Amino acid sequence: MSAAAELGVLACGMCGLLSRAPAAPAAACPRCRARLAFRRPQSIAHGWAYLIAAMALYVPANTLPIMYTSSLFGSSGDTIMSGVLFLWDSGDWSLALVVFVASIVVPLAKMIALAALLASVQLGWRSRRAERARLYRLIESIGRWSMLDIFVVALLVALVQLTALAAVRAGPAAPAFGAVVVLTMAAAQSFDPRLIWDRERPRA
Amino acid sequence: MNDPAPEPIPQALAVPKAGRSLPLVWIVPAVALAIGVWLALSTWLERGPVIEIHFRTAEGLQAGKTRIKYKDVDVGHIGEISLATDLTGVVATAHLSKGAEKLLVEDTRFWVVRPRISGSTVSGLQTLLSGTYVAVDVGKSTQRRRLFVGLEQPPAFTTDVPGRQLTLRSEDIGSLDIGSPVYYRRLQVGQVAAYALEDNGKAVRVNIFINAPYDRFVSAASRFWHASGIDVALDAEGVRLKTESLVSLAIGGIAFATPLEEAEPAPITSDRVFELYRSQVAAFKSPDRIADSFALVFNQSVRGLQPGAPVDFRGIVVGEVAAIHTQYDPQSERISIPVEIRVYPERFTSRLLGGAPKSGRLGKDSLFIARLVERGMRAQLRTASLLTGQLYVAFDFFPDAPRARVDFAHSPPELPTTPSTLEDLQATLVSLANKLERVPLEQMGADFTRAMESIDALARRLDTELAPEARATLAEMRNTLSEATKTMGAASRTFNAAEKSLAPDSALFSELQDTARELARTAQSLRTLADYLERNPQALLRGKSTDGQ
Repeated sequence: MSAAAELGVLACGMCGLLSRAPAAPAAACPRCRARLAFRRPQSIAHGWAYLIAAMALYVPANTLPIMYTSSLFGSSGDTIMSGVLFLWDSGDWSLALVVFVASIVVPLAKMIALAALLASVQLGWRSRRAERARLYRLIESIGRWSMLDIFVVALLVALVQLTALAAVRAGPAAPAFGAVVVLTMAAAQSFDPRLIWDRERPRA
Repeated sequence: MNDPAPEPIPQALAVPKAGRSLPLVWIVPAVALAIGVWLALSTWLERGPVIEIHFRTAEGLQAGKTRIKYKDVDVGHIGEISLATDLTGVVATAHLSKGAEKLLVEDTRFWVVRPRISGSTVSGLQTLLSGTYVAVDVGKSTQRRRLFVGLEQPPAFTTDVPGRQLTLRSEDIGSLDIGSPVYYRRLQVGQVAAYALEDNGKAVRVNIFINAPYDRFVSAASRFWHASGIDVALDAEGVRLKTESLVSLAIGGIAFATPLEEAEPAPITSDRVFELYRSQVAAFKSPDRIADSFALVFNQSVRGLQPGAPVDFRGIVVGEVAAIHTQYDPQSERISIPVEIRVYPERFTSRLLGGAPKSGRLGKDSLFIARLVERGMRAQLRTASLLTGQLYVAFDFFPDAPRARVDFAHSPPELPTTPSTLEDLQATLVSLANKLERVPLEQMGADFTRAMESIDALARRLDTELAPEARATLAEMRNTLSEATKTMGAASRTFNAAEKSLAPDSALFSELQDTARELARTAQSLRTLADYLERNPQALLRGKSTDGQ
């Protein structure tokens, strides 16, 4: 099996036209003028950049309160974890599990998996390519589910505004958490899964 | 599809390479890191002080949930709750928000706000729904502190409420409680803040708080009294019923007033302790600052005399009975009853007379008291009420009393006494009874019986022997009487006849008149004759001359 890159052929991502790679360092599609490259340019660097950003924001997203609820009788701030613990304590184990998986496990697992993929590609590992490819597909598909928390907070903030009786405000962790989800998706997007299958180590 | 020959693959266009040495994408993690660091830093900077509060129980407290509020503003929360090392209570670790250092001074107080219902107030009802919280009252000290002991009861007033705190001393707490009202002219001006037993256990100290601006009505001369209950006074004006208010009737309270005679209120020293009187009357009784003790030895029963019984001087209460002892004198082998009294000499000093003696110390001025005794002043037990037999001690002057001296050798000095009038009366009665006892009543009775018997016999004899004779005599008498009646009738008739004959129109009467007239005429003739004879005596011899001269 040989990849397109090994044959010196470029596929246009926009219109699908194949073209031969020129000697020049950069190429464009002769039909739709879109930029062409054998692999996504700077894929690994972009991946790392987004991943590091996501990791940096993951800490405040989990330690700061994601939601402030204030009622007649006082206000309280809840972090994601305290919310999970509250659900668990009050007997809603299934719901606690869902929130725990969607909000804590999935982003964390995604970041770890992405880091592993990026590292493996950068170091040019050859083994377990099929598993790594499956892992990547999994990451891409579950990424959006992490936004569950953000949706809940957004809904509550919009709905529970009974000024005097009760009010819900988003905490500083909410944008951080949203950013974590977006950045992990961006990292997954910027990662070029074809790199897994490349025979030689990528140049960049 | 019939497998056409593949089109030749066109050559891609050569474009100039985008000249970016450092990809822009690295801005993203840089920004993310910056945000992360900023968030972490700000959170860390927002962190306020951590303090420990010692509570007796953790009732209503929830780790991580219970808020700490100052003036209803959230200033922190209880982080962890653990048992104190000596197991006497719980230690709540409180995380306060930034800037709360100002709250944490030496006399800052923490207490748990939970629903409370006491006599007059219902508080903390909102915590029924919201859950309890810890309230703070910031002190005035500048000394910083991190370890606090929480109050079990919410304080009645907070430090920032203007007013004045006073300490009262009372025999007992009565029906007072924390929060009980304090009245001034029946207006609530404060409340009871705290109370505690004195160290020796003999009295209760009650801390009250008078809100501004009413605190300026308190002066060193102010009197405080229990406003609980009803005052029923029976005096010359009839029955008077007095109470502060229905609330104080139900839950108790304290009232105070300042006597009008205190013209300029003296400032209150900080360690001044006011007396809390039992009633308004007691509060306004002029305080007896000087008390002199005397002993009175009575040789009679003191039944009905109690400690606290009044000592009066001609109706003015000047003291009270302090104690009643018994004393055995081995020399004379007599048991006497010394009664110790307290006399308040200030009550003798009159306001009416400006020149009251300045000393006024009866006990000290031995000469004065000796002179009074010399003039016959004696103590006497008198009955206050014949119904109950209550006694009181009265001083009065008995000029006829046997001479006695004040015994200053004793401490307290012993004043002479005189038997009470009742005792005198009793003695007289006893001697009378003794005399009566000596009368031979039994013999007298026997004699009397005998006399009665002889009288009876006499009567019987009279009845049997004298009665028939008497009856005969009576019959005779009756006859005699009827005779007499007849005689009387005859007499009456005679009298009637006489009366008739003597009547003016009767014949006899007119005859008598005629006779009288005749007699008068005769007399006249005789007088004429006599006159004639006087002038002419010769006529007796010659006879009457006819020529007249």
